Amino acid sequence: MNVVYILWLRQLKRSARSKARIIGSFAQPLLYLLAFGFGFGSMFQRAGQGNYIQFLTPGVITMSILFTSIFAGIEVIWDRQFGFLKETLVAPVPRILIMVGRTLGGATVAVLQGIVVFCICLIVGFRTPSLPLLPLALAFMILTAVLFTAIGTALASVLPDFQGFQLVMNFLVMPVFFLSGALFPLNNVPPAMRMMANLDPLSYSVDGLRFALIGVTHFGVPLDLGVLCAVTGAALAVGGYLFSRIQA
Amino acid sequence: MIRAQGLVKKFGDFTAVDNIAFDVAKGEIFAFLGPNGAGKTTTIKMLTTLLRPTSGSVSLDGLDPVTDQTAARKQFGIVFQDPSVDDELTAYENMDFHGVLYSVPRKLRQERIEALLKLFELWDRRKDQVKQFSGGMRRRLEIARSLLHMPKIIFLDEPTLGLDPQTRNQLWNHIQKLNNEEQVTVFLTTHYMEEAERVAHRIAIIDHGKIIAQGTPDELKAQTGTESLEEAFLALTGSTIREEEASSLDKLRTFGKAFRRVK
Repeated sequence: MNVVYILWLRQLKRSARSKARIIGSFAQPLLYLLAFGFGFGSMFQRAGQGNYIQFLTPGVITMSILFTSIFAGIEVIWDRQFGFLKETLVAPVPRILIMVGRTLGGATVAVLQGIVVFCICLIVGFRTPSLPLLPLALAFMILTAVLFTAIGTALASVLPDFQGFQLVMNFLVMPVFFLSGALFPLNNVPPAMRMMANLDPLSYSVDGLRFALIGVTHFGVPLDLGVLCAVTGAALAVGGYLFSRIQA
Repeated sequence: MIRAQGLVKKFGDFTAVDNIAFDVAKGEIFAFLGPNGAGKTTTIKMLTTLLRPTSGSVSLDGLDPVTDQTAARKQFGIVFQDPSVDDELTAYENMDFHGVLYSVPRKLRQERIEALLKLFELWDRRKDQVKQFSGGMRRRLEIARSLLHMPKIIFLDEPTLGLDPQTRNQLWNHIQKLNNEEQVTVFLTTHYMEEAERVAHRIAIIDHGKIIAQGTPDELKAQTGTESLEEAFLALTGSTIREEEASSLDKLRTFGKAFRRVK
């Protein structure tokens, strides 16, 4: 238990000390919020879909969690590069505990960031009509953060270096984000795209969070929770397995 | 204390370590020498559970690092060839992290950390992030850290690489003292032959994955009819320079440095 805690603490300390990263990680969601929110706002309204900032906020929060989590997981590559990984790999503790500690640490950072982005959205003009559902929103944020940190860790465990990282960004993270319905409603998209969105775990994060924050849902909360729990469990298992197989 | 028998490691077609055997007694300082790419680091990785041997067996104080991983890992401390401290954490935090990983009880942990940081003259800098440390200070921190959990064996993979003579000298003094006082078994690799000659009780020389000579420094010199260990080493391994291909890790490190500079 101490092992999980100290690894969790390390992730938090590292994030708190990296000021450039903190600033950078807020710039992107803010840009999406302002550019898309105000850029497409009037079109969205005219199409009869209501206030776009309201619609976009859960998407932008989910996005910031997605990116931060994947980066937190991928950090294993940094640790490999700067050698610190070996220190944990020869330690007399089951690797799975190390993986869990790291993942929870990364996920905590991502959730904290999601909360800050939520506050920024409030400043920009977001209003949630359903305060009692905020704990549900938090639950979706936590699940999403753990899921994608575990995926990041799994990928970093098999990628030898950062050359594969661009590939991960372009063929995994970006599609996962754009197909998730974070930016647009999934009700009217073509069937092929809808099918891909259905296969995208982030769709369920966005949908669940959207329900918790503005009471709109596409899949329904039970399905959202069910899918996320199942996929997160699987990602932790696969990530844990791959991480414990690392040879230095 | 450390025993390897018929140890082999293949990477695809390439045999990095080819059927080697050695025995290191308790309290011995054993130097494992060889040119670049001879298989030293690969051997250390197999001894320390970082790589699985292709065949052959290893035992650390009677424990098999392949089947009895966790117990075997408790037996040793290691200073890797490449730095392995966390730059973003302070010296104290790095030590504390290690202590928790090796489940050293809190009270003992605090005492050991203080004693070791004082011994390696880092106590005054304990609250500084390691990224502000010089190469020598980092090395000292790593050695201090590897001793925190009172291992029976310590592996040192080129611990003095890139250090000035003062720091090197001091470092070996510490290690000899430790070996004398606490009977810690030391397994080391180095490219500085005079260091090996000075500290090692016994030496094995590895080349192209095979152990080509083994014995005390005096035995090796007598065997080759040379005056110093350096000459003996050259007589045994020849004087051609070994080409070593940059591993993906080296490339990554270069990339990382460039990246940091840009940032």
